[in-house]
Amino acid sequence: MINIRRLTKTFFPNTPNEVQALRGIDLDIPEGCFAGIIGTNGSGKSTLLNAVAGTFEPDQGRILIDQQDITNWAEYRRASLIGRVFQNPFAGTAADMTIAENVVMAMRRGCSRGLGLALRRSVRDEIADRIRSLKMGLEDRLDNPIGTLSGGQRQALTLLMATWLRPRLLLLDEHTAALDPKSAAQVAELTLEIIRREKLTALMVTHSMQQAVQLPEHIIMMHKGQIVRQFGGQEKARVRVPDLLAAFDHVRRREQLDPAVAEILGRQYV
Amino acid sequence: MLVRTTEIFKGAIIMTLVIGAFTIGLILSLLSMGVWISFRILRYCDITVDGSITLGASVAAVLMINGWSPWTATIAATLAGGAAGFATGVLHTKFRIQELLAGILVMTALYSVNLRVMGKSNVPLINVDNIASPAAGMLTRGTGGADSINILGWPVPIPDAAMLITVLVITVTVALIIRRFLLTHLGTAMRATGENPQMVRAQGVNNQAMIVFGLVCANALVGMSGALLAQYQGFADVQMGIGMIVWGLASIIIGEALVAARCTPGLALLGAIMGTILFRLLVAIALRWGLNPNDLKLVTAVFVFAALVLPGAVKYFVQKRTKEKIHD
Repeated sequence: MINIRRLTKTFFPNTPNEVQALRGIDLDIPEGCFAGIIGTNGSGKSTLLNAVAGTFEPDQGRILIDQQDITNWAEYRRASLIGRVFQNPFAGTAADMTIAENVVMAMRRGCSRGLGLALRRSVRDEIADRIRSLKMGLEDRLDNPIGTLSGGQRQALTLLMATWLRPRLLLLDEHTAALDPKSAAQVAELTLEIIRREKLTALMVTHSMQQAVQLPEHIIMMHKGQIVRQFGGQEKARVRVPDLLAAFDHVRRREQLDPAVAEILGRQYV
Repeated sequence: MLVRTTEIFKGAIIMTLVIGAFTIGLILSLLSMGVWISFRILRYCDITVDGSITLGASVAAVLMINGWSPWTATIAATLAGGAAGFATGVLHTKFRIQELLAGILVMTALYSVNLRVMGKSNVPLINVDNIASPAAGMLTRGTGGADSINILGWPVPIPDAAMLITVLVITVTVALIIRRFLLTHLGTAMRATGENPQMVRAQGVNNQAMIVFGLVCANALVGMSGALLAQYQGFADVQMGIGMIVWGLASIIIGEALVAARCTPGLALLGAIMGTILFRLLVAIALRWGLNPNDLKLVTAVFVFAALVLPGAVKYFVQKRTKEKIHD
């Protein structure tokens, strides 16, 4: 379970470039919920994800995973609870190292790393077994540098690595956006399969309304550093792309009004 | 008869040259492996090396003339080198000083430290047992008191042969230990740190601590190399470290030409060792052909420059040519 309380972050404060990226985010994601965040460019959706991952320190607010306050944990320390897949398919793996070496690092995510030989025979077999489930033929290429794989293959492996040890939270940062349509569909399908099988709590940022409608069971809509709308349960099941677009339209129209008027109208219509 | 004597004389000189190049090459292989760890594994351009090799040499020399055994002195020098790497790593990670500047600061500070350690700018090691003395003793006993042994038909003085054997054993042992380390969980994480710090953090590794640890290992090797170098040449000198980082880089580049550039850690280490020895041989030959020793560092720098730039330049011209051909 994830609890985010009054989270704020302002980049470049007191300069002409000041950006209020997060303006008091309150969010609760129950155990086993797969939530998707959508929003316009600069809405703060990636910032929110990075705040949870620990890429930067928030100005205010708290982040809790399973009642544990992780707000002051360093990024690497949060890895014991969080698995991550990045937008850039090259960001999640070390290109010059082999598939097996990359995977074996994920097998120790958040654990101590001692002077034991990393790739014992039994470990290699275990890796091969699990990679076979990707059905990409990678199990025969364990000793190839991961840089020789395609973006889709690397992203699938990163996903597998992020979930190798069951994470309390899986963070997906537009992880299919940089892939060709076929690979994107493959990775999306794999994502859903793993999340359902392992009953993971997951937070996914996506650009694609289509994906937001298809994959997650809960949609969080962000605009200008705030959560403006959420779709969950029955409502989420019914929601389609045009509904999301209409909701965004609504947000934008309200924004053009005077704040006082917007509040009155909001009370009447929303 | 006269011709025959000159030939023997010439052969002996060449043999001395080759043995010398091999010995220095093996000693500096430790330096190259250190530079390889910082430069290639951590992808950190660490010029602490110029100071930490001298630190290793001076610590070992001072301890040895104060009656410490050469082995303990060498181990102390290794630890001292590691401490220098630790300083650079902390300056870079904790105080956020740029990597080059962190190295420059520590290297500069070490100059004074080295003078303090030695108390003067040069400490000779005359009539002091060195690390090769046990091997020399064994060789003397084994040959029944001869002062030279026969290698490939040429007489080699016992001390030289003993030193060669000793540094060969040390370098090979150290290389095997590093190789083994790089294949452990910790070593795997260290290799990934240089390549993709973001990924490493996402896997729960403190990449900053990894950089510090890597620099400690790298400079410890350099310190050990300095200790052995001082024992081989018979003195420690405050100036001996100047340009060592470039020598290390040159050796690594040659080594990478010998083995594949992208390869397993074991092969890369072998490349670093072979590259260093080959580089020393080339230097010995160049000096023998009349290269002014004063020009050595300039030539080395130009060589490293060429090795870094040429592959890209060749690619560029080849591409340009094929483009022109297409346009024709």
